[in-house]
Order: sequence, then structure tokens, then C-alpha cells
Amino acid sequence: MSEGNLMELRSNAPTGPIEERWTKHKAASNLVAPANRRRYNVIVVGSGLAGGAAAATLGELGYNVKCFCYQDSPRRAHSIAAQGGINAAKNYQNDGDSVFRLFYDTVKGGDFRARESNVYRLAELSLNIIDQAVAQGVPFAREYGGGLANRSFGGAQVSRTFYARGQTGQQLLLGAYSALSRQIEAGTVEMFPRHEMLDLIVVDGEARGIVTRNLVNGKIEAHTAHVVVLATGGYGNVFYLSTNAKGSNATAIWRAHRKGAPFANPCFTQIHPTCIPQSGAYQSKLTLMSESLRNDGRVWVPRKKEDCDKDPRSIPEADRYYYLEERYPAFGNLVPRDVASRNAMYVCNDGLGVGPMVDGQRRGVYLDFADAIKRLGEQTVRERYGNLFEMYERITGESPYETPMRIYPAIHYTMGGLWVDYNLMSTIDGLFVGGEANFSDHGANRLGASALMQGLADGYFILPFTIGNYLGTKRNFKEIGDDHPAVKDALNEVTDRIKGLMNAPDPKHAPEYYHRKLGAIMWDKCGMARNKAGLEEAIEEIPKLYEEFKRHVKISGSGESFNQCLERAGRTADFFELGLLMCKDALAREESCGGHFREEHQEEGEAARDDENFSYVAAWAWNGESGSQKLIKEPLSFEYVKPSKRSYK
Amino acid sequence: MSDKTFKMTLHVWRQSGPNDAGKFERYECPEVNPHMSFLELLDDLNERLIADGQEGIAFDHDCREGICGACGVVINGVPHGPQRRTTTCQLHMRQFINGPHEVWVEPFRASAFPIIKDLTVDRGAFDRIIQAGGYVSVRTGSAAEANEIPVPKKIADRAMDAAECIGCGACVAACPNASASLFTGAKISHLGLLPQGQPEREDRARKMVAQHDAEGFGGCTNHNECEAACPKGISVDFIAQMNRDFLKSMLTAKDDVPNRK
Repeated sequence: MSEGNLMELRSNAPTGPIEERWTKHKAASNLVAPANRRRYNVIVVGSGLAGGAAAATLGELGYNVKCFCYQDSPRRAHSIAAQGGINAAKNYQNDGDSVFRLFYDTVKGGDFRARESNVYRLAELSLNIIDQAVAQGVPFAREYGGGLANRSFGGAQVSRTFYARGQTGQQLLLGAYSALSRQIEAGTVEMFPRHEMLDLIVVDGEARGIVTRNLVNGKIEAHTAHVVVLATGGYGNVFYLSTNAKGSNATAIWRAHRKGAPFANPCFTQIHPTCIPQSGAYQSKLTLMSESLRNDGRVWVPRKKEDCDKDPRSIPEADRYYYLEERYPAFGNLVPRDVASRNAMYVCNDGLGVGPMVDGQRRGVYLDFADAIKRLGEQTVRERYGNLFEMYERITGESPYETPMRIYPAIHYTMGGLWVDYNLMSTIDGLFVGGEANFSDHGANRLGASALMQGLADGYFILPFTIGNYLGTKRNFKEIGDDHPAVKDALNEVTDRIKGLMNAPDPKHAPEYYHRKLGAIMWDKCGMARNKAGLEEAIEEIPKLYEEFKRHVKISGSGESFNQCLERAGRTADFFELGLLMCKDALAREESCGGHFREEHQEEGEAARDDENFSYVAAWAWNGESGSQKLIKEPLSFEYVKPSKRSYK
Repeated sequence: MSDKTFKMTLHVWRQSGPNDAGKFERYECPEVNPHMSFLELLDDLNERLIADGQEGIAFDHDCREGICGACGVVINGVPHGPQRRTTTCQLHMRQFINGPHEVWVEPFRASAFPIIKDLTVDRGAFDRIIQAGGYVSVRTGSAAEANEIPVPKKIADRAMDAAECIGCGACVAACPNASASLFTGAKISHLGLLPQGQPEREDRARKMVAQHDAEGFGGCTNHNECEAACPKGISVDFIAQMNRDFLKSMLTAKDDVPNRK
């Protein structure tokens, strides 16, 4: 798309009957002949479910692929930490599931802020993903007859979640990693571990390469290609404390944004309701406990404030407030993530929180398995959740078999990301974005067990196809050389930026010092509940803190060697700019929907969505400097799932 | 659980690069909170070192929830430290309340894991072992319907026991021969147990073992230190299974496996 068209975002979503759209789109697309594929170079940044699967599949098809990750091995991408499972509309349980129902649940769960065409395709492809994973040897849980087992998961009324103990993400990622390894061996994919993308090379509105830093020796290098795929994950670490890996960062997508790719719905962040509460200021990250725990655990707090520091086992049944079961009798403990999270915050705001005091407040609620152990026996509970219970005990020193777990919400997933069309291409031609890094399928709220599904749908089945469609339109499409001015400019920009970071005028503190402060602003003012006054304060505070960071950040060591402090500084700098945009977006969206809860917009304590004025994707286009982005709207229309009030009562 | 902080002395291996000799440096940690993790203790020390103008201690880490396999250091001679079945990131300082309060921290040492810097090593050899055959050769889109081949629950569970390996390398660091037999055996067994892995079962064992040897890992002499150090408790039975598949493959093989390093 050329710059003149930027003000109009074209989704390129097909029309016609929804169940035929993807099939028809494929039938009408361009193809690249097998012998021609090896002439095309494709860069894939990120080796998680989306990136790893895309790199492997593109390699299989015969493209020349280079895959980059910042970790020491592609097997360590953060997809590996997903615990609970992956949805698929197989209807193996005969409980009324279908592709349409998964589509319907996902659109509704996303609070009507996603594109119907994309979501339907996702539900359709869920079937192929399970087939593919099983064929790779992913050891999913099985029933005694040898068939695949399912469980119901976070907010779904059917059992459609496939799982491998509490390590579904690990097993699916190792499946994608094995496919990737096979292609590396075959020579179709060249792997670059310990490489971080620091800029995108754009020539005439087309993505033509990236600039990377070799994290071992500090070398800055340019890699050119015909197509660039970003599958670099989400930006939850803007909050400093989140369930993301310590290294997860937004630098790749942020650099692409600065080069012209609009950033869509940045304020749509997801808070996961079942994480282990913070225990002190030294804390480096928060740990999620799978949401599947809510299938059998009961959430409660004491009814009386004076009981909050008592041994929970000594509190009689009548004095326990099972607030989710009382407020939402139909869904009970299985209400969607945003509803569960906000209610935990409310009861803690009311002074009913439990656990240690951090900054003068108890921020935790109980998740109790006593009834489940009575009903099912300890052995069954151990089979279902044993590894999660062990993990909880290692971190807190308490055994959930004996005393209720303590949980509290934490930032877990970001629905926002780079804007993409139906082909997963951004407004920069040849720049494709997959997985959590794009904004596409989850609207304002992601349902449990849907992230793995989206990552793999993008990676295995959508990107390899839409990239072929894009390349198929090209004639005489030559790679740019390393001596192209755009390459030199990008290399110089990156080198200068690193020099700037290394040479702050008055160095005082390590990058984390500033990152923690940014995180505190974001969590207080752009977290689980937001309001105008708070967001306006944050929009004032963040640039000031950013200036302080630029003046005082202290980085020891050199830029020409292995330097983890420098890596963190660069990522933190980009989080400042992204955090500011998130607050701008949250302020502009004068409604509550999904994970975005504006306190001014509620009815009887529930989120009040405003379809008349806000049924659109908010895509922000870079406009020369941080904080001055322009809003472009992609209107959303709903033909199949009519927007309804999202009520779980 | 006590919240009282305590003092600790760390002797940390510092080595500026692969060609540097390296040595232990002594650091004092005056306020160790029992609820912090071992890596948070290093974070805290690093923040102080950097503010003081010194270089932070380089160590690999990422998910910090015991699943990515990036982290791992040797603490007082034990890979991942004193708590069984626990990665370094999940090791909490409450394990040290009653001592030891002076500990030596080293990288995972093996000639197949060259040191990059301080506590960071290059485990690329593991990736190359997987590349040699740690997969089922199935093309995207060519898979049969998932329930078409039933897999007995016991077999699936057993495969999962092996598949839980996180590739951290503690098994190598614990082994007196620096053998990666547990890592290699776990993948050979995971795929070799499942019906999907049968067509390539013997080739896989042969190729992966050949790559294991080419990388310079030692042979297994049944010390079983690897299982004791493994944060996922992967069983040495999978080494036995690897040996069986390998032997069978050597007896029936019709072609040679080229040496690939």
C-alpha cells in the first residue's frame, strides 16, 4: 500500500458466505511455481509457534528462509510456557461443538472487536492444527480407548481443549521446533540464534530486510530479503511485571511501526486471573498458574475483613465469600478472564484481599481445592494439576493440597499489535506479521487456549500461503543489494542508537530501575481499570521518565561484546514509546470492552461497550515522533454474530 | 515461613570470553530475602554492580518458570542447585535459610558446551543432535485425521514422560563423562514410543547417536547423575531404550551415517 492510501485501511477480507471465504480466497490467489520458490528469500523473525511453524513450512515449500531469535535456541521461544491447552472444533466429545460455535465464541469473547472473516478462518484451521501436531508426535493426553482427550477451559461451554499435561505450549512448540530442525538439516532454513532484530529496511514502501545485532559479539548486520515476517510475540513486558519471559520485548514490531506499519489496538491487553501474587519489590516476573485450575478450584475471599490474615482453613463456610459463584451463577468460577480479574481487584479494593501486605495492601484471593479433593480424591486432582501444584509450592513454600492457593491477576497477553489485513500483511508491502505480534483475531479479549491456536494457524497454514500469493504477483522482483542506501541508512541508525544508549550524559542507574518505574505507571493507570484522569497523568509522566532514562541510564561493558545490560536498555527505550501509545489509545477509546475497562463506562459494575461509536479497529500511524501518532479507523461490521451484551450472569 | 533476610557470600565464575582463563570473584549479598529466586539474587547483585560501573554477571535465562530451559548454573557442585527437580530460576532462597551461606556458582561445564561469557555457555550441540533426526518427517498439511491412529493411554503418557525434557543441559553438567545420553535418549524414546515415530525409528537412533558422539559428548557409564540433576526427573530408562534402538539399528542398517559436525 502506498503512502497516499494510508488513511484508508483495506482489510482485503473476502465477502460471501463466511464458510466459503478462505477456500475461495485460496482458489483465487496467485501461486509461485516450485522451481521458482528457491529464488525468493524470506526472513522470519521469532521462532515461537507462529515464527517456527512459518519458517519450517516455508522451508518445506522450497523458499530460502532465514530465521532469527534472540534466545540461544529456537526451542526456547516463550510459546513454550503456555500451560493449559489448545482449542479445536473437533467435537470429539459430541457436546455440540462446531466450527461455527468456536467462531461464535471467539467473536463474542473478543467483545465484538475482531474481524469476522479472520476469526472464522481461525476456527476452520483449528481442525488441521490438531492433525498436524499429532502427526509430528505431540503427546497429547489420551483416553483409555486411545482417542484424544479434551477438557473444557476458561469460559467455554463445550470441551474442545486439547492438552499435554500442563505443558501444552511446550509440546506444540517442540513439535514446530522439530519441523524447523528438519528444514535446517535439509538446508532450506538458516537459523540465527542469539540475534536480535533492531530495525526494518524499507524501500519504496516494501519491506526488504532487517538489521540485527549478534548478541554474542555485538556485530551489527544487514540481511536483505523479498519478504519479512515478524512473529516476535507480545508486549506485556511494558508493565515490567508480567507473565512474559524476561527477554520478551516489542523492539521488532516497534521498529517496524516507526518505519510506517500502523499499530492497532495497543490498549487491548489481557490480564490473566490466576497468577501467583507478588511477594516483594525484588520480583522479576509473575508466574501464571493455568486457568484450567478454575475447572475444579473455587475462588473465594473472607466475608469479614478481620478474617483476612487468618489461616483460611479456620474460616467457616458461612464466612467465605465465593464471589464469582454468587455474582455469576451460570458460569461461576469459569467466567472469562477479564471478568474474573476485575472481580478479584474489586474484592481486594474492598479490603477483603488475602496474603502478604505489599505496599500496604493485601492483593490476593483464594483458589481452593478442598472440595475437589473431597469429590474426586487426591489422586485425581494430582493427575490433573500435579505439576502446577508442585510449581506453586516451589515458588511460595505452601502446598495447595493442604491450604488454598493464593492468586491475583497479572498481565499475560496483548491482543493489540501491528495492523494486518486478511493476508496478515501490514500496510508495508511484504511485511507480514503473525501470532501475538499482530492484532488480528482476538478482538478486545482472548479466550483461554486460543493463543496457541492462532500462532499455529498463522504459522503453518496462513502465512506460507499468503506469502506465496504476494510473491506470485511480483514480476522481476530482485533483491536489493547490501550497498543499497536504505541498508546503509538503517545500519547507521542502529549504530547511532546504540552509541546514544551507551553514552548517556549523566549515567546513574541500570535500565531496570527505569523499567520498573514505567511498569508501575502502566499498571496503576493503564492496567485492569482505566480512567481519563489517570491516563492523562500517565501521558504526562511517561515522556518525563523517558527523558530521565535517556539522561541517566547506565550501561557497563561495551557494545561490541556480549552485553545483556545493553540488550535490556534498548528494549526498555522502546517500551517507553509503546507505553505512551497504549495510554493514548486507552484514552481515546471512550468505552469499555474486553480487557479494556474504562471506569467511566460501566452499567451496574459491568463493562459498557459502545458499538455506535467504537465498533472499529484503532490503528495508529507513526507520524515522525513518539506520542504524535495519528489514528486511522478500520470499521468493523458483523453479519453472522450480531453484537450482543456480553453477560455471564 | 520466615521472612527474615540473611547474608550470603557468592563466589561467581567470571570469564570475559571463550579464550579468557576465567576465575572466581567474591561478592557479598547482605540482604537475601528468602522469597526471592536464585536468579533474582543475581539480578539484584547485577543492578548493584552496574550502578557501580562494573559489568554484570552474564547468565542465560528467559521464562523464569522452569520450562524454557535457558537457565542453569552449577551451585556448590550441583547443576541447578540443591533442590531436586527444580531449575535455577525456580530455586528460591528459602532453601538456603539454614545454609550454606557461602556458595560457588559456575557454568555448566563440558567441552561440547564452550563458555561464551561468565555463566553463559553455547548449547548449540543440542540443536544439532535434534537436527540429525529428532523429528517425524511430516509435511505441513499432509497429516491424517488426528483420531485415525489410536494411541494407548499408557504409551502416550510414557512418551510424554520423555518429551518433558527442557534441553537445559544439566544432565551433561552432572555427568562425569559429560555425556548427553539422557537428552538424546529422551527424544529418541519420545518419538520411538509413538506410532507416528515408527517409520524412522531406527534411522533416528543411529543418526542422533552419531551426532551426539561427533559433538564430543562422552559415553554413558551408568552413573545416573543425570537423572538426579534433571529438573524434570527424566528417567535413565530412556537411555536404555536408546541403546536398544541404536543396537538394533546397527545390526540391521543398510547404509552408513555420515559424520556431520
